[in-house]
Amino acid sequence: MELIVDRLPDGEVSPYLTQELRPGDDLEVRGPFGGWFVWHVGLGGPLQLVAGGSGVVPFLAMLDHHRAAASDVPVRLLYSARSLAEVFRRERLAEPDRDVRVDLALTRDAPPGWTGETGRVDGAVLGRLTFPPEAEPQVFVCGPTGFVDAIASAMIDLGHSSEKIKTERFGATGGT
Amino acid sequence: MNESLAEEPGGADVTAERRLDGNALTGALAELFAIDLVPADCTCAHCGRTGPLAQYDLYADSPALVLRCAGCTGVVLRYSSAGGRIRLDLSGARLLVLHLPEQP
Repeated sequence: MELIVDRLPDGEVSPYLTQELRPGDDLEVRGPFGGWFVWHVGLGGPLQLVAGGSGVVPFLAMLDHHRAAASDVPVRLLYSARSLAEVFRRERLAEPDRDVRVDLALTRDAPPGWTGETGRVDGAVLGRLTFPPEAEPQVFVCGPTGFVDAIASAMIDLGHSSEKIKTERFGATGGT
Repeated sequence: MNESLAEEPGGADVTAERRLDGNALTGALAELFAIDLVPADCTCAHCGRTGPLAQYDLYADSPALVLRCAGCTGVVLRYSSAGGRIRLDLSGARLLVLHLPEQP
């Protein structure tokens, strides 16, 4: 089992998990709970993932599952992060599987020579880099509340059905 | 609009950034229910809108978890577990419809 923890300086739990916890410490784990914000190969595709900051974490698990199942469901991940240094599992995302496309959008700081997206993800970027509504993708959006609100409305404006869009907001923090 | 969701002068929704999805209720409700309620279709008792609990608006930083209708902001569910008591108020949910997984 792998846990990814985004440390929030004013958080209650993440500073403990990232700074106090030591190898060998005992943890009691409950869950996983629920089957709503979940994708497995049986649900088919295409699969459109849009992540803001640490909102990419559930999608990393979906990509691992897609790889482990040798699935040929087409997947696109559009991942907005402040800078390349803040991209989770960059090496893994740099070598996507055949049917997977990953696009990064860097909102604050892009390295010299960066040819990918920069700036906030808006309707124009979504229109270029995500499956069109005609492909009827299952859309998952995860990130800070403001990010998810903006992406979900822009996807509906592009013509996606709200019933095909699942969202997971995690509040005001987290970095896109 | 509900008084506790008042907008600031100028129209900014002060509660917007605190909003989570009903999906985040799953872990808390697992304390009480054997089946995950979050995918259940819920009809709001205030306005009649129907949709999965997962897509209602959750405010998790109150003494209770407060779930509000995304359409009319009416309170649909309140849940708290503290001091040896679980409290559940479903008076804002007119109907819950759960789709059971197909039996093999």
